[in-house]
Amino acid sequence: MTTLAPPRETAPSTTQPARRRKPRRKGRLLHVYTWLILLWMFLPIVVMAAFGFNNTHSRYNFTWQGFTLHWWQNLFAIPNLTGSLVNSFTIAIIVTLFSVILGTPMGMALGRYRFRGHGTTDFVLFANIAAPEIGLGAALLSLYIAMGLPRGYWTIVIAHIMFCIPFVAITVRARMSGFDLSLEEAARDLGAGPLTTFRLVTLPMIIPGVIAGALLSFALSIDDFIITEFTAGQTLTFPLWIWGASRLGIPPQADVMGTIIFVVGALLALISGLLLRKRD
Amino acid sequence: MRHRLATALTPYALIFPGGLWIAIFFVIPIVAMLSLSTMSGNLLTGFSQTFDFGNYANVLSLYHTQFIRSVIYGVIATVAVVVISYPMAYWISLYGGARKPTYLFLLLLPFFVTFVLRTLSWEFLLSDQGLLLGPLHNLGLVPQDFHIMATSFAVISGLTYYSVPFMVLPIYVALERINREVLEAASDLYANKVQTFLKVVLPLSLPGVFAGVLLTFVPVTSDYVSAQILGGTGQVMIGNVIETLYITNSEYPQASALSFILMAALLLGIFGYAKALGTEDVLEVSAA
Repeated sequence: MTTLAPPRETAPSTTQPARRRKPRRKGRLLHVYTWLILLWMFLPIVVMAAFGFNNTHSRYNFTWQGFTLHWWQNLFAIPNLTGSLVNSFTIAIIVTLFSVILGTPMGMALGRYRFRGHGTTDFVLFANIAAPEIGLGAALLSLYIAMGLPRGYWTIVIAHIMFCIPFVAITVRARMSGFDLSLEEAARDLGAGPLTTFRLVTLPMIIPGVIAGALLSFALSIDDFIITEFTAGQTLTFPLWIWGASRLGIPPQADVMGTIIFVVGALLALISGLLLRKRD
Repeated sequence: MRHRLATALTPYALIFPGGLWIAIFFVIPIVAMLSLSTMSGNLLTGFSQTFDFGNYANVLSLYHTQFIRSVIYGVIATVAVVVISYPMAYWISLYGGARKPTYLFLLLLPFFVTFVLRTLSWEFLLSDQGLLLGPLHNLGLVPQDFHIMATSFAVISGLTYYSVPFMVLPIYVALERINREVLEAASDLYANKVQTFLKVVLPLSLPGVFAGVLLTFVPVTSDYVSAQILGGTGQVMIGNVIETLYITNSEYPQASALSFILMAALLLGIFGYAKALGTEDVLEVSAA
């Protein structure tokens, strides 16, 4: 039940008195409350998953008409939908790769060096994260229009890398701030070159930040709708396909794909979470 | 000497590739948007730069209703999100025990389903013959003319739903940073639970609330998904207007003027807000 076990990272002695002081009833009430909020968070996902099994006969997938596996068996029957899903996944993978390559060095620089322009870089990254998505999308579309650049797959990739870089930089930087610089000096004193030092000392220290940034990039990219809509042209990603189809009623296959993405994403997050925990 | 120069240049070399990307695809586009917003013309005749700032006055007089509505929805949703999220973050931090990571994990899981699809699920649930209202209507528990869809409530609850995890996390992080000995000290000094909460826990967790507000208010105010799917003609937000002007109507000068105003207003608001509260604290918590 409402265990008051001390959190791992704090010393037991500091949390022990909390056991006496906190009445059980208050904790229990908020425990129920927490689960109610989680239920609220998951309700639309349960509905989505359930409607993937709905034996519907028209495109209006609104009422429950019996259980079927038909949509799971005919998952790829709508070519456009399949194509959009493939786009979403390939874009997310490319974006993750590039954001990590471009964002990690930024995070390292911000986390460990003092230099002229540090504040400006901080400011620009903060502005990028804080700016409304619609503003980022609209601005980029304006640039594409001004350049006469046709919109499509690669303009989406460019946009996603742009908004993912700051998130990678920030997670890596957070990891850097607790970094003991003397370790690198020690490596150098022992004769390691810059690359060896990076590979054997710096990289292992920051890798949890890099993995967290990569996961974040993947999730942000595959989930993104607003900036994608502004930069997509005729190309469709999964959220864009759903958006377009929603006016007519979405077919059950979309619910099935949503469910599959959810399960795959959850498993990936779970595995990486467990791996990171083991390392620490 | 050469070594020192190399060291001085290292941070710039590290920042350059990513920084260039951000400069070309974030900073320059804002200039492009500004330039587009003072052009005149239409899609057929083409657009030409006429430094016509009249576009700004024009869009403000045409769409101030949607602007004001978006800010009101944004404020209501943000306040609702704080009120809903705080107790949850509080419980996880103080009572979560060994299961803390599990709760946080569960909280983040819904993000693996795109917001568009989750909002459509809410449409299933909230529509007149949907999963929630349908049975209530059929049983006669609510009047036939009772609707949730196409009301402000539907749109704001959609926005609130989306934002709760963004608020719980930073508040949780701030609560975790409170040294538990401080709480002990409060009780040693004969503070009761309410006093301890109001005078110790709440003030110390405020940076988390501020960071959460930062992460919530901007997306919520500029959103158009919730209003499009759950709202009706009376719930049109500024995001819907910008989307229609840009993508459906290709009225680029008006559209870019409007999105520039929105972006400038929100960013200035955010910077003012962060400055007033101390950027470092807020940034640090939002990053964590």
